[in-house]
Amino acid sequence: MKALMFGWEFPPHILGGLGTASYGLTKGMWECGDMDITFVIPKPFGDEERHFANIIGMSQVPIAWRDVSRDYVEQRIGKVMDPDLYFKLRDHIYADFNYMRTNDLGCLEFSGRYPDNLVEEINNYSICAGVIARTVDFDIIHSHDWLTYPAGIHAKQVSGKPLVIHVHATEFDRSRGKPNPTVFGIEKDGMNNADHIITVSNLTRDTVINNYGIDPAKVTTVHNAVTPLTPEQLNVPEHKSKDKVVTFLGRITMQKGPEYFVEAAAKVLKNNPNVRFVMAGSGDMMDKMILLAAERGIADRFHFPGFQKGSQVYEMLKASDVYIMPSVSEPFGISPLEAMQMGVPSIISKQSGCAEILTNVIKTDYWDIDAMADAINSIVTYPAMYQQLREDGLAEVNQITWDKAGRKVIDIYNKVLNR
Amino acid sequence: MKAICFYFQIHQPFRLKRYRFFDIGNDHYYYDDFANDDIVTRIAQRSYIPAAESLLKMIEESNGKFKCALSITGTALEQFEQYVPEFIDLLKKLADTGCVEFLAETYAHSLSSLADPEEFVNQVKVHDEKIKELFGVQPKVLRNTELIYSDELAPQILAMGYKGVITEGAKHILGWKSPNYVYNAASAPKLKILLKNDKFSDDISDRFSNTSWDEYPLTADKYINWIASTPAEEQIVNLFMNLEVFGDFQPRETGIFQFLEALPRFAEERGIEFWTPTTAVTKLKPVAELSVLHPISWADEARDTSAWLGNKLQNEAFSKLYSVSERVRLCEDRRLKQDWYYLQAADHFFYMSTKNMHDGSVHSQFSPYDTPFDAFTNYMNVLADFIVRVEEQYPMSIDNEELSSLLTTIRNQEREIEVLNKEAESMRKNIEHFNEEHLLREKAAEAEAPKKTRKPCARKAAAPKAEKETKAPKAKATRAKKAAPEAPETPAE
Repeated sequence: MKALMFGWEFPPHILGGLGTASYGLTKGMWECGDMDITFVIPKPFGDEERHFANIIGMSQVPIAWRDVSRDYVEQRIGKVMDPDLYFKLRDHIYADFNYMRTNDLGCLEFSGRYPDNLVEEINNYSICAGVIARTVDFDIIHSHDWLTYPAGIHAKQVSGKPLVIHVHATEFDRSRGKPNPTVFGIEKDGMNNADHIITVSNLTRDTVINNYGIDPAKVTTVHNAVTPLTPEQLNVPEHKSKDKVVTFLGRITMQKGPEYFVEAAAKVLKNNPNVRFVMAGSGDMMDKMILLAAERGIADRFHFPGFQKGSQVYEMLKASDVYIMPSVSEPFGISPLEAMQMGVPSIISKQSGCAEILTNVIKTDYWDIDAMADAINSIVTYPAMYQQLREDGLAEVNQITWDKAGRKVIDIYNKVLNR
Repeated sequence: MKAICFYFQIHQPFRLKRYRFFDIGNDHYYYDDFANDDIVTRIAQRSYIPAAESLLKMIEESNGKFKCALSITGTALEQFEQYVPEFIDLLKKLADTGCVEFLAETYAHSLSSLADPEEFVNQVKVHDEKIKELFGVQPKVLRNTELIYSDELAPQILAMGYKGVITEGAKHILGWKSPNYVYNAASAPKLKILLKNDKFSDDISDRFSNTSWDEYPLTADKYINWIASTPAEEQIVNLFMNLEVFGDFQPRETGIFQFLEALPRFAEERGIEFWTPTTAVTKLKPVAELSVLHPISWADEARDTSAWLGNKLQNEAFSKLYSVSERVRLCEDRRLKQDWYYLQAADHFFYMSTKNMHDGSVHSQFSPYDTPFDAFTNYMNVLADFIVRVEEQYPMSIDNEELSSLLTTIRNQEREIEVLNKEAESMRKNIEHFNEEHLLREKAAEAEAPKKTRKPCARKAAAPKAEKETKAPKAKATRAKKAAPEAPETPAE
């Protein structure tokens, strides 16, 4: 089966969970065999893993005809695209886009991030998608998250092939209930036009059904999984302190519920002074959180090391005794699974999608700081609790593999295609 | 001739309330009264009371031919006394028929037999006393918590004076053997063992209302026929189950009560009797020795102790709990002792099980907690507070042996002091007596010579006061008065 996937992020250049999930899923589907996947991203860097998918960068897709030689193309973009593909794509330009800001190859520039003119970039992405849909051979279209829904719809209109959209998050999660009308419109349009909708959790599925008014029969949950850690990631240097360490890793924004973590920390420290708390990451609520920690009088035990990248994440996890994710609304939340892979017991909010599939974690309501404090205290005080969660958690998370998720997606394809 | 030996289990633990770690040291009440009241009352209304009424009816209608045994934990009895006293009355009625045997077991439904023999003996004794106090009978057969049994326990049970013990007819122990005989313990040949017949017991407790079972519907007629058609030399069929089976596991509308009540009639037709465990162990000779190296129980698929002690959480909580057992026994605080019993209930460990599949669903069905981790955290918090209280009684820096000897010394000294006190008391009385006599004599002397001096007037006022203080002043006083003329020598002279 041939699938055309539209995505926004792809490892190693990722900004959030979307890239990790798209990558894992694509690889998992490839492992199931008999899948030929074309994965489209805005801007490739050339260091992406390409053996399991055919990666096309939008920034190399011509939308205006330029008379260029093969050598020139090879020299300009040979690192990220086969020149033959460039010429094939050039043969399928479907309108005159010379009025747009195209470059010497007739391509548009993409940042591949989340710039201020995001809506414009989404629109450009959709224009390029029209060229790809006319060039590449595929049976089904798969769009990852709202940024690529317009491209998916466009490809569907051009090719008549069915569209599957993958909801990694909704505007309701990101805005804590106050959606931006433009984004909501794009999402709603994508859902209406989709032949099937995949959500990353039942929580998200409910949002799609209730807040977007979608027919439940059209929505299926495929929970995310994790990619096994590499030996380098597992063997990062260990910096154990003699105090117990409780870690929060993620964007410090309203959605992640950081204030509940600070409040729980204050409760724990009242009775158990030998614990340190780490809130790693950055975000618009960081200053407020620093202030709150100071107000509660726990600033000496509550640390803000800032944004962690690459192996720092794993070093941070390795030094931790407890991982906590008190998200107010989390479509899935892959980070506790990564913590479990590192053998760190995790506490997650019941309002997280991953709570639906995990058993060897502690689940509390995000607002229940008493329960959260109690759970933290229990893990740092009772060695049996720590060991049990660590070992069983590790065994559990090792069973959550992408090929299983991939299999489910392939089944959905078959259903949509009536095979 | 064949016999059915019924035994019904009744147990309710004291469920713990949500107890956070910041409550440790501040709040010493651990129980969820609302939940306990609610659950106990509900199960009593749905199951215990109608089931006991059925049993009573069966006994009356069969003219005492129907017999069975009940095993009721102390914690359950306490809750019935508190929340459904009418059930206690019903149990007393059952006891009065003489057809119902009450079995011995641990007071708190505890796993003490696996950790602390002394505690085990103590709890069984306390339970026996409770049964005797309420129902006026002395248990003769022991049923350990959850039918836990092993070779190690047998000599102890025998030494405690029980003729028989009830346990699970676990397949891995029996092998080709049949549970329908009386066995004796390999490690204590005089102790007889009654084994649960899994198949026939589960037919009632698990499968009775299962419509996908090929024997559905199960009638009393069919059931008794099955029992009657077991080999003739197999004389006893032990049907052990929870009393909640009637009305709760198998709801009333499944016809479980009618089924139960119809059993004696069909049994009589087929010449099958009903025996109590004591009758069974007295009448039947053991056919063989049974050796059980590792503890067995009636729980979960494995029929071992993994339902309570199967993972790290359970083992940690268990060893923490029993680490203070000796210390608690040295304490005399009654509330502490009560909590000590309640915290030992096997249920607390059952809730911490992380088993999945079929066993797991059984565990979570009974658990008041969402997850085993919740159960562990809550229990450990309570236990932490409990241990703090134990430590407050006597400092932990002194080890148990030393403390024990110190306590003995203190008690001995106490006794000595008491003896000395008594001595001192009697001495004091003697002296008072003497003083009084002395005073009266003085008075008498004064009466003889009233004008001699002014001083005795003050003494006169003091005399009635002294009279009040002494215990039998009047008698003494009259005696003193009588004595007075005979002893005329006074200090005034």
